Parts: sequence; structure tokens; C-alpha cells
Amino acid sequence: MFNLTLTELATRLAQGDFSSVELTQAYLDRIKALDSQYNAFITLAADSALEQAKQADELRKKGQVGLLSGLPIAHKDLFCTAGLKTSCGSKMLDSFISPYNATLVERLNQAGAVTLGKTNMDEFAMGSSNESSYYGPVRNPWDKDRVPGGSSGGSAAAVAARLVPACTGSDTGGSIRQPAALCGITGLKPTYGRISRYGMVAYASSFDQAGPMTRSAEDAALMLQVMAGLDPLDSTSADQPVPDYRAHLNDSLAGLKIGLPKEYFAEGLDPGIAQQVQAAIQEFERMGAQVKEVSLPNTELCIPAYYILAPAEASSNLSRFDGVRYGYRCEDPVDLEDLYKRSRGEGFGSEVKRRIMVGTYALSEGFYDAYYRKAQQIRRMIQQDFLTVLNDVDVIMAPTTPQPAFKLGEKNSDPVAMYMEDIYTLSLNLAGLPGMSIPCGQSQGLPVGLQIIGSYFSEAKLLNIAHQFQLATDWHQQSPAGL
Amino acid sequence: MEWETVIGLEIHAQLSTKTKIFSGASTAFGAEPNTQACAVDLALPGTLPVFNENALRMAVMFGLAVNAQIGKRSVFDRKNYFYPDLPKGYQTTQLAEPIVGAGYIDITLDEGDTRRVRIHHAHLEEDAGKSLHEDFHGMSGIDLNRAGTPLVEIVSEPDMRSAKEASAYARKIHAIITTLGICDGNMAEGSMRCDCNVSIRPKGSTTLGTRTELKNINSFRFIERAIETEVARQIDLIEDGGRVIQETRLYDPDKNETRSMRSKEEANDYRYFPCPDLLPVIIDDSYIEAIQQSLPELPDARKQRFIDEYQLSEYDAGVLSAYRPQADYFESVAKRTQDAKLSANWITGELAKHLNQHDIDITASPVSAEQLSGLLLRILDETLTGKIAKTVFEVMWKDGGSADEIIEAQGLKQVTDTAAIEAIVDQVIANCTAQVEQYITAEPDKRGKMLGFFMGQVMKLSQGKANPGQVQGLMKQKLDALI
Repeated sequence: MFNLTLTELATRLAQGDFSSVELTQAYLDRIKALDSQYNAFITLAADSALEQAKQADELRKKGQVGLLSGLPIAHKDLFCTAGLKTSCGSKMLDSFISPYNATLVERLNQAGAVTLGKTNMDEFAMGSSNESSYYGPVRNPWDKDRVPGGSSGGSAAAVAARLVPACTGSDTGGSIRQPAALCGITGLKPTYGRISRYGMVAYASSFDQAGPMTRSAEDAALMLQVMAGLDPLDSTSADQPVPDYRAHLNDSLAGLKIGLPKEYFAEGLDPGIAQQVQAAIQEFERMGAQVKEVSLPNTELCIPAYYILAPAEASSNLSRFDGVRYGYRCEDPVDLEDLYKRSRGEGFGSEVKRRIMVGTYALSEGFYDAYYRKAQQIRRMIQQDFLTVLNDVDVIMAPTTPQPAFKLGEKNSDPVAMYMEDIYTLSLNLAGLPGMSIPCGQSQGLPVGLQIIGSYFSEAKLLNIAHQFQLATDWHQQSPAGL
Repeated sequence: MEWETVIGLEIHAQLSTKTKIFSGASTAFGAEPNTQACAVDLALPGTLPVFNENALRMAVMFGLAVNAQIGKRSVFDRKNYFYPDLPKGYQTTQLAEPIVGAGYIDITLDEGDTRRVRIHHAHLEEDAGKSLHEDFHGMSGIDLNRAGTPLVEIVSEPDMRSAKEASAYARKIHAIITTLGICDGNMAEGSMRCDCNVSIRPKGSTTLGTRTELKNINSFRFIERAIETEVARQIDLIEDGGRVIQETRLYDPDKNETRSMRSKEEANDYRYFPCPDLLPVIIDDSYIEAIQQSLPELPDARKQRFIDEYQLSEYDAGVLSAYRPQADYFESVAKRTQDAKLSANWITGELAKHLNQHDIDITASPVSAEQLSGLLLRILDETLTGKIAKTVFEVMWKDGGSADEIIEAQGLKQVTDTAAIEAIVDQVIANCTAQVEQYITAEPDKRGKMLGFFMGQVMKLSQGKANPGQVQGLMKQKLDALI
């Protein structure tokens, strides 16, 4: 049962092989039994999950079936869920129970999904290893001494460990794709604005994008179908039609033009990863794709630009956590300044504070032009680089990460080394483009992710390509030893 | 030394939208604290702003009414600072690309001179909540009902040279925004608030002196007094060898003094940057043109029409056109009575006096335009004397009812019966033998003046109801007959 994909489970529920209550209970039991090894969940929502499952079963009897009726999922703990804690992996929101549902949560609920719980994450989605969580690090199911990646590390580990068939995640600089790669699952970061941000606690508003984390491209298509679409509550959500993502999964790849950016295969890339990605490219060539080398010349500027702009937005977005209305408040503040300083000083962890300080500095009078404005110019150049290349090829393929999963604590003391983890992913967030990571092999016994990048709103094409690859290979079906 | 005063005003006007600028919560004044603050206004994690199109329309109306350029592209920025009544930790406002660009209005001074005051720009922003420092046992209360109320901030050039000019400018802005119906103009409730930037310089100098900012002045009278007080303080300071410090000062109307609130040195660095949650607002010519077509008659045009169409004096036309409900009231009365001068006199006289005394806005006047018209018609057809009409008005103000009902009930109808008047005239002549004797022996050119005494006696005896014209004629005739 636990090796079945979301799509397969949907079929089995429809056939009546088991009920949603049985399925939900089985997953809840499994999480309770195994999650102490991974720490993938912050909150388990057993009662409300069983209630949702019961309701889905009853509706099914009446013939009312949504796309996700009775299917268990989990949410990254930055999506607001009415009645359930939404912590963002932070002490600051350890006591915060949202009175409302995020639009994405609402849509998934409407489609019949059952929420098993909320998954662990780097604090306020800031991190690439899940070590900045107030609730402790998540462990990679492939090697428990290694990180699952971040910031959606709880979601990735939960899917990889078969604790849940699918999760939501969010991606600001690679936070869906990088942990998907490190945990050997399928992750999709859609085009900026494809999925509503309403109710997703903001890290960097012009970068943040929610997406599905699943065991297959087919499942990602199913999830995206429900999650995508215009939301009147989010002014930056895209007013673009939502295609039938599953209708295009089996389109032929003959004649597909793939670009390989030379800057993404340069120094610093793990040889094992390079080899596996090349092998995957050859697989596409066998399917009739044409491959050529392309160039994204401003790649080296991505990290500096991102680490100005994202912290700048974060420094403002996180100002609301002031100890006044909700969330952590220090004990016995003597005055207003003390309330602010201690509530924020005690409520935020070190990586969050680091980014707030960097962002505050970048926006300060006298530095704005040198940092923020300059970084915005670079952002446009990077976007232009991609548009030029995507004029020439249909998709870009590259490794998702330069290294496979690293050891817990390995990069903790060196923030810049940690930031390099996202070197291949955050360029897409700067450009607002969609990208996927799918398993394409192993290096040192650890999963390797292939990144597929497309033009704006080309999610159907990306899912089609990923699905064809998954029909031809079985990397996505590999599971960590002992499961 | 002779000093010249230089004044610039920043006026905040709350726009009369039903809902807030970025949320669906009501903007109504006076509700229980925190009952009109939704998740967005509370800045709950994950919430996002959605721009209220009505606020845009109103700002464009204002821009067109002050001859300004309209920003076809305007951008919302975040102004970052911490304060408990600012829930997000930033105010959403407009800095570099406001909705209303440079414009101007012409003000008329008491002497009848006009002066042009340039408007630098006007921008849209959200209001903050209110901090309440009393009744909380040493703590502060926060009411977020006002948070997110749309404001247009109107920034003038430093074009005013006296306190009187400043208040005339503020009155003109008030007339425009109330005529447009985009603000209720209620200064006591804070719907329109004024900050005055004041500096002095030696007469003839072209450089500006150091300015101070007088905050949140809530009446036209206080604008004048605050500026006069501050100018006197600055002159004293400089003439005593001191210098003006750039700072924010609070005007205390009870003590009639200004005192320091905070100096610029300790001011915040607001770290403005474009709000990534809101798209730039783009409007086209047809949008602007449609609003232009729908603009109501503006105060200047209406004033001119009152002069041309109703032959009102410049002064009366100015007073009546300054406030749209009053101008509407006047036109309603003038149309019914067909006597504009009488209508104007009563509205700026008796009615205004009562409204001021009881601090009632003309829109809530206990005497409606219809009632007042009824009263004036009875003066015009000589049913009432002017004196008795004031008595009828008093009754109308207190107890309501039409003029005819009151006249009937109280027997106040004017006496025009010649026989009845003659009887009273005869009685007065009989009673006042000494005065009659004086009249007869007086120089002929003094007699006209002496007639007033006899008139007064007749009116007294008739309880004011005798027709004054008839009384005068009969009395003169009878007295002259005695000579």
C-alpha cells in the first residue's frame, strides 16, 4: 500500500479495495511508528484527518468524487491551516494556530484531500538542509546521518520514506527542487504566480512559489491540477488558463530541443552527478530529442543577486512578527523597545536573523542603489539570459544540485557554502520560470536529481517530459534501503 | 528685521470607500475596537493585499480636480518602521511613482486677491491603527479598525506666505474633496488631517530657512493659530541668536504653544522599496477620460455660477460653494423661493449660526431645505415679518414642522388689516403725548428719525405681527396731519 503512488491510490479507492479511513489510519500508524527516525512532521493531525477521510468516504458513496477524494497528503508547515498549528519551523510561531486556510489548502480540501499533518522545514523557509528548524533537523531516509535538503526537507523526507504519498512544498530559491533531488523524489516549482500565495507565510514575496512534491510526474500533474489557478486574494497570481496537465503526459518527445547550459556543468559539480545527468540526457536522445550546448552567461551573479533581493524582501515581510498580536512574546517586557528586541531576538533563529540583517542593510539609505537596485538590474539580465536560450530550445536540462545529500552539520558553520547548494536552482526564482527535479540515478549511493527548466507556464510540457522519462526508467521507484 | 513666513502643507484625507484600501473590511467610523479588522488588517501570516479600485478612482478624481498630471503607472512602496498600531511593520504607500503628479489650486484671500498654490504630488497610502494609552493600567491598547483605511496624502509646494493663506488653502482642499464626495471632510474625526511645514527667512531672501513640522492639526482655526504661534517662536529664537532645529512639533491648542515631539536626527530610516505583493497600477487615457466626464461641478466653477446665475456677492458665492452639501442646500432653497439673496442670507446667517452653535453638519440639519424654503416664502408673501420669521425658525429647529403649521398653531400671521393697524397707531399716538409734541415741534429733517420710536411702539403692541410697511405709512400720515 505504501509503495503505491497517489494516482494508483486514487484508482484503488475508486475500486473500493479500501476506504479512505483505512488508508488514512494506515498512514497515521506508519508515521507514528517511523517518524521518530526522520523528524519529518511537526504536527500530526490524526483526528481531523480521519474526519476528512470519513467525509470523503461518505461523499464517494453519494457519487461525489473530487480529483483527490480521500487521498492523504501533508502540508509544509508554512501553509496556513485553520485549526492546525502553522509554525514555519520557528519558535516565533510555535503557538500560532491560523484562523483561516491558505487558498492552496482550501483548494486541496475542496478536491477531497486528507491532511495528515504539517511537515518540518527550515525556519521561515530559509535554509538548504532543514537544520535551521526550531523543531530539529530532518534526516534523509537514504542515509540518516545526512540532510534531506531544504527548506521543504520535511515534505521531501516524508514522501521518500513513504510516510505520505504527496506533499505541498514551497520554493523561493530551490526549496522544492533541491530536497526533491536529495531525497530522490519528484518536485515541481511552477511559474511564479501559477499557484496562489495567499496563506503561504511569506519569505521573499517576488520569489515564493508553492508546488507539489510527489513520487512521480503523474502525481505532480494531479496535484498541480488542483493547486493551480488565479486567486482574487493574491494580486500576483497569474490570470492564465490552467490546462489539463494529465492530458499531455504521453505526448511524444520526438524533436524536443534540449539545451545544456555549460555554466551548470562546470567546476564544483560532483562527477557522479555529472555522469548520471549525462546518462539521462542520452535517454532523451533515444526518445528523439535533440541536444545542444547553450550559455547562461550571468549564472555566477545569481547567488549574490538572490542574497540581496530575497533577504531585502524577507526583512520587511518578517517585521509583522513583533510580539504584539500573535506569536512569541518575551517575558515581562519593560517597554516597547524591549518587547520588540527580546521577542524578535528570542523568537527568531540565527539564519533568519542573518537574513533580516542583510536585507535591512541592503535597503538602508545610502546603500539602496548599490545593493537593491543593482541586484534588480542583475535579476532582469538573468531573466533575459533565460528568455534568449528558451527562444532557441524547448527546455533546459541541468543537475538540480552540485552535490548529493551532505552530512548533518557539514555546512552549518559556513553560510556561503550552504548558499552554494542552490547555485543551479535559484536562477529560476530570479527569472520566475518553472522547473522540475526528478530522480535520474545515484551517486555514492545517494539520489541524483535532474532539473528540467521551461519557459513561462510550460508546466504541462515539463510534466510530459518527466513522465516520459519515468516510463523509460525506474529511478523514481527506487526507495531507501530498509523501506 | 522683517521676516517672511514660508509654509507648505501635507494634508491626509481619508477616502470614502466602503472597504479598506487593501482588504474587504469596513471603513465605518466609531465601531467597537478591532471589530473592523480582518485577517489582512491584522497582518496575519500569509495574508496579502488586494488594491481597492475605488480608492484609485477617487485619487484620480482628486488629481483631475487640482489640474494635476495623472500617473498612468503608479507603484506602491513599503515604508518600514515598527510601531504597535502598524500591524505589518510597514506602511504601504507610494514614493517614486505616485498616482497624482504636479498640479495646483487657486485660493482667494479675504482681500479678494487670488494666489496660486502648487501641489507637488498626491499619493495613495493606508492609514495606521490607533494606540490608546489611557484606561489600560500602564499598558497600551491597540485599535486596528482604522488600519488600512485609504488615504490620499496631498503635498503642497512651500507656496504659502501666511497662516491665513495656509488655512485658505486647507479650506479649498476641503471644499474640493467634499465636493468630489471622496472624503467626508470631518476634521474632528480625523477624516482630514493637516501637517504644516513652517519656516521663516529674512524678507527678500530666496533660500529657505530650516523648517519645523507641526503635526495632525484638526481644525482650520488651529492651522492659523498653530502657524502664528510657531512663526512667533521661530522669530524670537532667531532674534535671540538661536537657530531653528528641523524637528516635528505638536501644537497644543489649550496652551496655544508648539512643543518638540522628535528631532530629525533620531528619525527612522524607512528603507522604502517597491511592494512585491502589489502589481504596478496601470491606467490608460480612456480610464482617465471617463472619470473626467463624471466629475461634479467643482467649487470654483460653482462659485462663478452662483455669481452669474443668482447674482450673489463674491463673498456669499465663495462661502456657499465651499462645501457641497451647503451649496446643494442653497440651490434647493433658491430654486423653491426664487429669491437667491434672501436664501443666501438665511443660510449663511440664521441657519449657519444654529448649526455652529450645536456643532451639526448641514447634512444633518434639523431644518431641511424644504422647511426653510416654506419659511422664506411666507416672508416673501408678507405673511411673516423678518422678526417673526426668526421665531418660527426657532420653533422649526426645536420641534420641526412646516412654517405654515407653526404660523397657524401659534397665531403668528402678520397683521395687514389696515383698520386693525390704524387702531394700534391711534392708540400709540394717544399714549405718547410728550413724544408727539416733540415730533410736531422738531425740525422737518429730524422727524424721519423720530418716526422709529413710534414704529417700535406699534410693533410692541402688535407683538411684532403688524406689517412694518403699513405701520410706517399710516404713522407718518397721522403724525404729519397733527402738525
